Amino acid sequence: MRILLTGIAGRLGRRAAHRLRRHHQVIGIDPRPCPALPTDVIHHRVDIRRRPAEDVFRQGEIDAVVHLGVVHNFRIPAERLYARNVIGTETLLKYVSKYGIKKLVLLSSGDAYGPMPTNSHFIDEDAPLMGSQHFPEIRTLVAVDRTVQSFFWRHPDIETVILRPVHIVGPNVRNAPSKYFRLRVIPTILGFDPMVQLIHEDDLLRLVEAALQPGVRGVFNLSSTEPVPLSRILKILAKPTLPVPHPLFRLFLEKAWKYRLTSFPAPELDHIRYNTVLDTTRAREVLKADPERTLYEILEPFRSEDADYVS
Amino acid sequence: MGRPVDLATAAAKLARFASRLTENIGEIATSPELQARVDRLAGQVGPHGVDPFGFDPDYLKKYLGFAVWIYRHYFRCEVRGVEQIPDGRCLLVANHSGQLPFDAAMITLAAFLEREPPRFFRSMIERFVPNTPFVSVFMARCGQILGTPENCLRLLRAEEGLLVFPEGVRGLNKTWKDRYRLQEFGQGFMRLAIETETPVVPVAVVGAEEQAPALLNLPSVGGLFGMPAFPVTPTNPLVPVVGLLPYPVKYRIYFGAPLRFGGDANDEDEVILGKVQEVRATIQRMLDDGVAAREHVFW
Repeated sequence: MRILLTGIAGRLGRRAAHRLRRHHQVIGIDPRPCPALPTDVIHHRVDIRRRPAEDVFRQGEIDAVVHLGVVHNFRIPAERLYARNVIGTETLLKYVSKYGIKKLVLLSSGDAYGPMPTNSHFIDEDAPLMGSQHFPEIRTLVAVDRTVQSFFWRHPDIETVILRPVHIVGPNVRNAPSKYFRLRVIPTILGFDPMVQLIHEDDLLRLVEAALQPGVRGVFNLSSTEPVPLSRILKILAKPTLPVPHPLFRLFLEKAWKYRLTSFPAPELDHIRYNTVLDTTRAREVLKADPERTLYEILEPFRSEDADYVS
Repeated sequence: MGRPVDLATAAAKLARFASRLTENIGEIATSPELQARVDRLAGQVGPHGVDPFGFDPDYLKKYLGFAVWIYRHYFRCEVRGVEQIPDGRCLLVANHSGQLPFDAAMITLAAFLEREPPRFFRSMIERFVPNTPFVSVFMARCGQILGTPENCLRLLRAEEGLLVFPEGVRGLNKTWKDRYRLQEFGQGFMRLAIETETPVVPVAVVGAEEQAPALLNLPSVGGLFGMPAFPVTPTNPLVPVVGLLPYPVKYRIYFGAPLRFGGDANDEDEVILGKVQEVRATIQRMLDDGVAAREHVFW
C-alpha cells in the first residue's frame, strides 16, 4: 500500500514512518525539515495548503492518507493555528475525494471530549466533543475532528477512520502528559485524584496500522491501560509530589504561561482534576487492540532513577 | 470553687470516652469478619486495586470501622427483609430523609453486612461533588458515582446494584410536618429499570426523619454556603455545625419484595408515572407499617 503521511517531521510522524515502511511504501508531506529518514521514504517539504502539494496526489497513486499533521502547539497565534489545522485538513480532504483515495486515518485526540465534572464516567465515541468549552485553545483540534466526521458521512465510499487516543506517553513524545511525568517534583491538585488512562506511543502506532486494514471505518477511542487513579501512577513513578490548591495552581499557571515560563496552558489542569475515561470497547472489538504493555512498562522511562523495581 | 474540678473530671470523662470509642472502632475495623467481607468484594477489582469506576476496597477498609460503629452502636440499625435483595442487577429505591444523607450509608451497610453473600450498592452523588476537593476522591473510592443515566445503564448492564432516592433533596430536606410523607418521585429510575429489566427493591427507612427534625428550611440561607438547603432544627443553628449532627435515633430499615416492570422504557410520561406510583405506594405502605409498629423513636 502507498501511504501518504502528513506531519512526518514530527516525533510521532517520524516514528510512524519507520513503522509503516516495513509493510508499506511511505510518502511524507511536511513543511519542516526531516533528517535521518530511511532512504525508501520520500519526503515532500511542502505545506498541504500550497499548490505543489496537489502534485504529490496527482503523481502518487496513493492508497491511503494518515493525517498526523494536526498541530497542538498553543503558542502559535489562533489564526495561524486555524489556518494550519482546519484549512489544512479541509484541503487534504478535498484531495482525498478528488484523487479517489480509499482510506483516510485521522489522529484526533481524546482531549476533544474535554475533562468535565459533569461527564459520565465512561465516554464512548458518540459523546459530544465539549473539549473547547473550557479550553478554547483546542477548538481547532475539535474543528478538525468534526470536519473529518462530516467527511465520513458525505463519502460513504471512502473508509474514514478517526482515532481518539487518551494521553499519549512514551520516551519519544514531548506532549503535555509526557512532560508532566518527566518533572522531578510532580505537582497535583489538592483533594483531587482523577482516573487516568495512558497509551504508549508504539501501541498507538500499532493501532494506526490496524486502522489501515481494509473494512475498518468510523471513530475509535484508544487506550493502552485500564483507568487508574493518578495517585497510583505517581506512586509507580516514585517521585516526590506537591499538592497545590486548585485556585492557587491555576493562577500560577496562567501567569507563568503569559510570561513563557511554562509549556502547560492552565486549562490542562482539568486533566489532573476531573475524570476523563474513554470507553475503548469498540477499538478492542474491531481493531483487536488488546493492551500490549502494562502500566509499569509504559511508565518505566519516567520513573525516578533511585526507585526500586516494582512489578 | 467547685467549677475547675468539675471541668477537669468532665474532660477526663470525655477523654476516656473518646479513647474507648476509638478502641471500639479500631476493633470493629480490624475484626477478621469485616475484613473478610470486604475481601469478598475484591473480585471486581483490577491489578491496581481499583475498579474502572475508582472503587477501592482497601480504601473502604480504612473508613468502614467508623461507619459500622455508627450502624451498630449509634443508630443501632434493625434490618428486615435483606434476604429479598436478589443477585445480579438490582435497584434499591428508598425514601430519603434526615437533612444529611446518613440513610444512604445505613442502607448500603445493611446490604453489605447482613446479606449473604455481601453486596455493595453504589449510590448516586450530586453534581457538585466532582468539583469538591477531598469529598470527590472519598466518594469515588467508596464506589459512589455521578448519577447520569449513562452511568446507571452501564452499571446495571454489568450486573451491579444501585441505590436511588427518587425524591432527591425534596425528600432529604423536608420539614417536620411532612415526616414519613413521600415527596414526588422522579421517573428516571423506572425508565432505567424497564430498559435493563432490573428488579426494583422498595426500601423504607424509619427513624432517619427524627435524627434532625427541621422546623423550617431556609434554602436562600443555604445558598450562601453553596448548599441546597438550610434546615432549622431544635439545635441548628443554635449550636453551629454540631447542632446538625444526627440525634441518636434508632434506625429501622425494611427491604420489600422485588418488583418487576415490563413495557417500553420510552413510553409516555403517564404510563411510566403509573408504574412509579406503584413503587411509591409500596414504600409509603412499608413506612406507615414501620412507624405504626415502633414503640419509641430512640430505642
